[in-house]
Amino acid sequence: MKKKHLKLMALALTGAMLLAGLTGCGSKSTSETDSKKKVGLVLSTLNNPFFVSMKEGAQKAADEAGYTLIVADSGNDAAKERSNVEDLIQQGVSVLIINPTDSDAVGNAIKVANDSKIPVITVDRKANSGTVACYIASDNVTAGKMAAEFLAQKLGNKGNIVEIQGTPGASATNDRGKGFADFIATLPDMKIVASQSANFDRQKGLDVMQNIMQSTPEFDAVFAHNDEMALGAINALAGKNVLVVGIDGGADAQKAVQEGTMAATIAQQPDLMGSLAVQNAVKIINNETVPASIPVDLKLITK
Amino acid sequence: MVINFKNFLLKYISLIGLLTLCIIIALISPRFLTVSNILNVLTQVSVNAILAIGMSFVILTGGIDLSVGSVLAITGAVLATFAKTGGNILPGVIAAIMLGAAIGLVNGLLVSKGKVQAFIVTLATMTIFRGVTYVYTGGNPISGLGNNISFIGNSSIFGVPLPIFFIIIVLLIAWYALNQTRFGRYIYALGGNEDSARLSGISTNRIKSLVYVISGVTAAIAGIIVTSRIGSASPNAGVGFELDAIAAVVLGGTSLAGGEGKVTGTIIGALIIGVLNNGLNLMGVSPFYQAIVKGLVILLAVLLDKKEK
Repeated sequence: MKKKHLKLMALALTGAMLLAGLTGCGSKSTSETDSKKKVGLVLSTLNNPFFVSMKEGAQKAADEAGYTLIVADSGNDAAKERSNVEDLIQQGVSVLIINPTDSDAVGNAIKVANDSKIPVITVDRKANSGTVACYIASDNVTAGKMAAEFLAQKLGNKGNIVEIQGTPGASATNDRGKGFADFIATLPDMKIVASQSANFDRQKGLDVMQNIMQSTPEFDAVFAHNDEMALGAINALAGKNVLVVGIDGGADAQKAVQEGTMAATIAQQPDLMGSLAVQNAVKIINNETVPASIPVDLKLITK
Repeated sequence: MVINFKNFLLKYISLIGLLTLCIIIALISPRFLTVSNILNVLTQVSVNAILAIGMSFVILTGGIDLSVGSVLAITGAVLATFAKTGGNILPGVIAAIMLGAAIGLVNGLLVSKGKVQAFIVTLATMTIFRGVTYVYTGGNPISGLGNNISFIGNSSIFGVPLPIFFIIIVLLIAWYALNQTRFGRYIYALGGNEDSARLSGISTNRIKSLVYVISGVTAAIAGIIVTSRIGSASPNAGVGFELDAIAAVVLGGTSLAGGEGKVTGTIIGALIIGVLNNGLNLMGVSPFYQAIVKGLVILLAVLLDKKEK
């Protein structure tokens, strides 16, 4: 029995090492990485094109600066995030870039880095505790406000709007919703007539839009908290004459804007966030000072 | 007579639950009981219902299949690759279904011959095939699909959306297989008592492998519908769908221990979840409360079902 276990473990280990070897070949040889300075990037999730672009922007900046970027995926799990931070510190990164899964939960992970004297940069989401050298993000409240301004201008300050919210309780949902609702509240003839969550998911955006169309047949515009839900809603609207606005500025959304099915998207430029993060990490390594917070411009994309 | 009436009530408890739910929602929202909304609910339910029918086969043997959401994602992505070329979509559909069946077979062999617990096997394959989907798609949705695929999820026959026909066809085949064939009787026998099933000469390994193949195929069909409905294949499609499918099976009165349950119950379970989602949207209930209501309904249904047994 014991022998069998040993054999199995040996097999599993060999398999894991083989896999590690394979992926290692895919990126860079280990001897090369040892001589270079390392920057760690802990992403909340790679399960979303937005953060994939962020990673690509960071990778590009790291390649240009001649640094090795080590990327870890937290899978939206704060516990995983903390172990990722610990692992990257073990791997000897000089600066740690963290895209937090949650502004509160990331605090302890940052404290781990603080204790090891590794400077931390946060991207896209704030950290509510711990010492952070630099915070790089677009303002979600502003993004919501820009969407509202765009619709107000298009509709002549008059009309009914359906809001498709992101995941309940997520900071992006709260901030984008607040920026939007606060601006709409200043206009007496504009109203949010329905407000439902579709969890930032395209398929759910379709379903929720269909459901809202049943209960609220009359509306002039749809504001979705992200592009994925906006694109789902467009499928449900099927050519109905309604303005649809999303946030993020992903490739699919930009294409929909060009085709005219989507009125606008507020682009967040995640690739720029990623490259700015690496560029500032390099500055920190070279003992240059960096600003405590760097706002990344939002871009209104229309046809 | 009173006792008979009580038995009748308990026997059809999930159906009664569904009807009660419909009446409550209809009273609050006049838009609920319109033809367009009902077709709407049925279309939305199609993905979960088809996943849940496949899941029923697995659960009836006492197993579980957590990998269905990931199978949905990878088969959808494969289909999308074919759809992007703009040609005949049939080879893509066949490839997606074959891939679903193949992943199901891997699950089935690991559970039957490998004698690893179904929960562990499918937890592992769920993770693996989510990863395969990321690798395959490069983390980005596959979009810009040709019109050749759109008809599957978006067209209607006599005003009835095509996905509803898919539910009916899958349900009829499943019902026939479970109730009219030897294979179906073996599934119930195996779920009831595996040892006695084996001793009576049933090839339990084969039955066990086959139910996962069925679940893989239904997951692929669901993947085809999702990809066609939203016109793109997202690498995170179907995350968490296995839980809705299991909930539908359990709401329909099937025991997680295996051996007991019906696919007709599973359909009712899927409808309960779909009607609830639709009704909560129609009534404009805050998303914060929606999750609480859904969880409570599942608990209530299972508690009532326990009373029957």
